[in-house]
Amino acid sequence: MQRAGASGTLRVRIDDKTYPGADGDGVQAVRGLAFSAASNSCTALVGPSGCGKTTILKIIAGLDRNFAGEISLNGTEADTSRIGFVFQEPTLLPWRSLEENVRLAATPEMREEDLEALLEQAEIAEFRDRFPGELSLGLARRASIVRALAARPDLLLLDEPFVSLDSETAAKLRRLVVRILDQRSVTALLVTHDLAEAVELADRIITLSPRPAHVKSERALSTPRAKRTPAMLKKYQAQFERAAKAAKAN
Amino acid sequence: MTGGLNSRSSHFYQFLSIAAGLLLWYVLALAAQSPLLPGPQEVAAFVVKKTMTGEMPTQMGITLARVVAAFVIAMAIGSGIGLVMGQSIVADRWADPWLILFLNVPALVIIIMAYVWFGLTEAAAIGAVAVNKIPNVVVTVREGARALDPKLDELARVYQLSGVDRLKHVVLPQLQPYFAAAARSGISLIWKIVLVVELLGRSNGVGFQLYLYFQLFDVTAILGYTLVFVALMIAIELFLVQPFERHATRWRIRHA
Repeated sequence: MQRAGASGTLRVRIDDKTYPGADGDGVQAVRGLAFSAASNSCTALVGPSGCGKTTILKIIAGLDRNFAGEISLNGTEADTSRIGFVFQEPTLLPWRSLEENVRLAATPEMREEDLEALLEQAEIAEFRDRFPGELSLGLARRASIVRALAARPDLLLLDEPFVSLDSETAAKLRRLVVRILDQRSVTALLVTHDLAEAVELADRIITLSPRPAHVKSERALSTPRAKRTPAMLKKYQAQFERAAKAAKAN
Repeated sequence: MTGGLNSRSSHFYQFLSIAAGLLLWYVLALAAQSPLLPGPQEVAAFVVKKTMTGEMPTQMGITLARVVAAFVIAMAIGSGIGLVMGQSIVADRWADPWLILFLNVPALVIIIMAYVWFGLTEAAAIGAVAVNKIPNVVVTVREGARALDPKLDELARVYQLSGVDRLKHVVLPQLQPYFAAAARSGISLIWKIVLVVELLGRSNGVGFQLYLYFQLFDVTAILGYTLVFVALMIAIELFLVQPFERHATRWRIRHA
């Protein structure tokens, strides 16, 4: 499965990202943000809504070049690498079937049986001929995740992949992502406002400040994902919340 | 979509309406008793006769070929220009005055100038028709190109789709309703202009035949050619344009 240099360390440095405002002076979304994400691990960026998380992901993905700073993956410019992006909305092409949507992103060296295995693993193989308009949001998100993996990404970006789902569907989808992260060696960056989500999925959690976004704190979770019990997750979450409160008090 | 019963009854009313029109025509012709208003049975007899001799299918075929050629050229060039103008503000600024100019030049002027400059040739004839239609296609497709979804563009960039894939899977499907609108209005506009072009500078085709029969004051022939050509255009709409559109929008219909 693993090809040479498939996954690497992501280094992000965004000195300044300012959106031009209507009144002439811009809105600064990010200032002095720097972090790195270790190879084959999942890093979560946690921050309040509207703190510029999506902006950061778009810059990392090379969709927004209008910023001061540098992004590198494995020591090379990130925009030459392959990226799997799970957008906040599933963003499937409504006029193509689920399978065609996935195949469109797949790289040529993606083997047929791997693609089948992915569809099976995400439990969407039976819906392959459906159009996105006929899929529930949960299924569309699955398709979007499978599509991102079909691109055999060097870097997997997940932008709030569990929002607007009922808690049961969200939990199922989280378990799917956990399985995927454990089985496939991939460097993943997860953006979320939900701490519970982050402690379940991430190896490392980076807390962001409100706008303009910069790193407030960083912490590694020592227990491997698969071994985290519900009680442990609760404990982690409580620790983070306490730390956040303490930081606020200072 | 409503059920079969409703669409069947709407066809029933359409059929009834056409039958009533024919009856009215028949009665009026009977009352007028004039060669200038032949009845439907005389027109039908003319159509049958000219179909048997082969004259009508030949002339219709020639005109239809011109309609198709002008349609394809106008849609291709108009879509290309419209796409560029919708995507690039600079191109839009540059081309907009000329677009407005061509939208407002009368069809007849374009036809005359084409014949004057390029001679009474097939290329001049088809080109003149296409030039008449291109501005409409540009305006419609430009509207669509302005409304392209930036999220789908980001999707195409993230997954590094090739130019061909991007056009085929991302851009063209978004423009489909605009192409359909341009094609709809295009077919009816184009065949009307083709007849004028044939009348002015060609020695065959339905337009030329109408001109001949006009000089003979043969109203039966004029009505015969006109009705058959209209029927042909409706058939194209029903059996080519509509099924194609249903296929292109099947993802939307099934969804609803």
